[in-house]
Amino acid sequence: MDNILEVKNIKKSFGKTQVLKDISFSLKKGKALAIIGSSGSGKTTLLRCLNFLEKANEGTISVNGEVIFSGSENQKLSDSEIRKNRLHFGLVFQSFNLFPQYTAKENVMLAEQILAKEQIKKNGEYNGYKTIKEAYEFIDNKAEDLLESVGMKHKKDFVPCELSGGQQQRVAIARALALNPDILCFDEPTSALDPEITGEVLNVIKKLAEKNTTMIIVTHEMGFAKEVADEVMFMDNGKVEEMGTPEEIFSNPKSERLREFLKTVLRI
Amino acid sequence: MSFSQQLPIVFEALNVGFLQTLKLFFVTLLGALPLGLLISFGSMSKFKPLSGLIKTVVWIVRGSPLMIQLLIIYYFPGLVFQNNIWGSGENGRFLAAAVSFIINYACYFSEIYRGGIQGVPKGQQEAGQVLGLKKNQIFFKITLLQMIKQIVPPMSNEIITLVKDTSLARIIALQEVIWAGEAFMKGSNGISGQIWPLFFTAVYYLAFNGILTLLFGKLEKKLSYFK
Ligand SMILES: Nc1ncnc2c1ncn2[C@@H]1O[C@H](COP(=O)(O)OP(=O)(O)O)[C@@H](O)[C@H]1O
Ligand SMILES: [Mg+2]
Repeated sequence: MDNILEVKNIKKSFGKTQVLKDISFSLKKGKALAIIGSSGSGKTTLLRCLNFLEKANEGTISVNGEVIFSGSENQKLSDSEIRKNRLHFGLVFQSFNLFPQYTAKENVMLAEQILAKEQIKKNGEYNGYKTIKEAYEFIDNKAEDLLESVGMKHKKDFVPCELSGGQQQRVAIARALALNPDILCFDEPTSALDPEITGEVLNVIKKLAEKNTTMIIVTHEMGFAKEVADEVMFMDNGKVEEMGTPEEIFSNPKSERLREFLKTVLRI
Repeated sequence: MSFSQQLPIVFEALNVGFLQTLKLFFVTLLGALPLGLLISFGSMSKFKPLSGLIKTVVWIVRGSPLMIQLLIIYYFPGLVFQNNIWGSGENGRFLAAAVSFIINYACYFSEIYRGGIQGVPKGQQEAGQVLGLKKNQIFFKITLLQMIKQIVPPMSNEIITLVKDTSLARIIALQEVIWAGEAFMKGSNGISGQIWPLFFTAVYYLAFNGILTLLFGKLEKKLSYFK
């Protein structure tokens, strides 16, 4: 069992409308899963459930064989448990959501600095570093490396409003990587960008895939999904309608709904 | 008495009055800034009876003249309960004025805070949550400064209005700067029938508001490095 992620029977309703109807899938370590599907099919809600921004009504989520969420039993996870569990995941938002008052580098460092400070106070060390100063130096270097890896080191001291959309999203990716999540999720990372600059963001994600980063990518870029994903999931009306390799999904779709969907998106 | 002889006498009296104006101004800020934040949290509470009650109070306070509120708060206890809880003399009047101003301005500030808090996009909080931050860390490290940036312009307007509103305390005979200026019409310190000291009090307000405008402008500029 080398599944890093196992999602079983996730259901989620908002009021009377059921948005996720029994979602199950698994993902192997180092693989990239692309989720496609028309607007309103529940893709964002699924990512939000994985990241504990929404609470699924039913189902389980396991990471590395450990159940980190169970809708039926431990409804009452404490805040600190949720915090620990959610750090298995990282999330890159459609609208970047960088912190506007901080520079690119500060955006990347903020969460880890807070974490390091807490742990040094509590356990006397963070990652082997005994003082806040040493830990911050480590975090500082790491943030520069991360920014370098997304091609943004030269803008490390710029605040978000001084960066283009594509640049902001690349910083957001670096920020999401800072706490070494097991699984990095993207919610339509290029939808808010002008078509001519989606490439710079997609290239960063492609590089991550080459380094075997475990990823779940909700996307409308079919060409990109075909090229980068190891597996593709087609969601329709809150259900996993079809799942398979890119060849299976794009060249040999089985369900009528998927064939219809591909016809409409590929025509555009 | 010649004009040059009147001048030092008038200035001294106006300075004393303006000190009382300033005292009312700062005491109001000190009380209303935190109280306003509490009221804004209350008005956003998910517990409907609380938010409903608070919204009604805010509506009444913002919808009626501060002058009436001053009169009611100052005279009501004495008239109805035969008990002037404020104490006598200038100290009593100051206390009543301060309480009225704090309540009134806290209600105005609460609306500004509410706008500021709700004006920070939800995605900011979610980005913090996804990075494992606790609620209070999100508030202090992420939301607060964005909120301050949003509320500085409306706050500065309101605070400049407060400077001028302090003159309303004249209605319960608080001896602030306008009261001091007016005294020279009726007669005070051997000067009577003079109206220019009253007009001159405007210069005090202008000077003080000039300083405030400068300070707020600086703060706004300091926060303009991000959007
Ligand atoms: N917070 C919410 N409250 C009520 N309905 C919601 C909420 N979030 C999403 N929905 C509904 O759930 C459905 C799926 O939404 P979403 O997950 O955003 O789909 P997708 O990302 O695939 O476009 C939509 O019909 C949407 O209106
Ligand atoms: Mg979506």
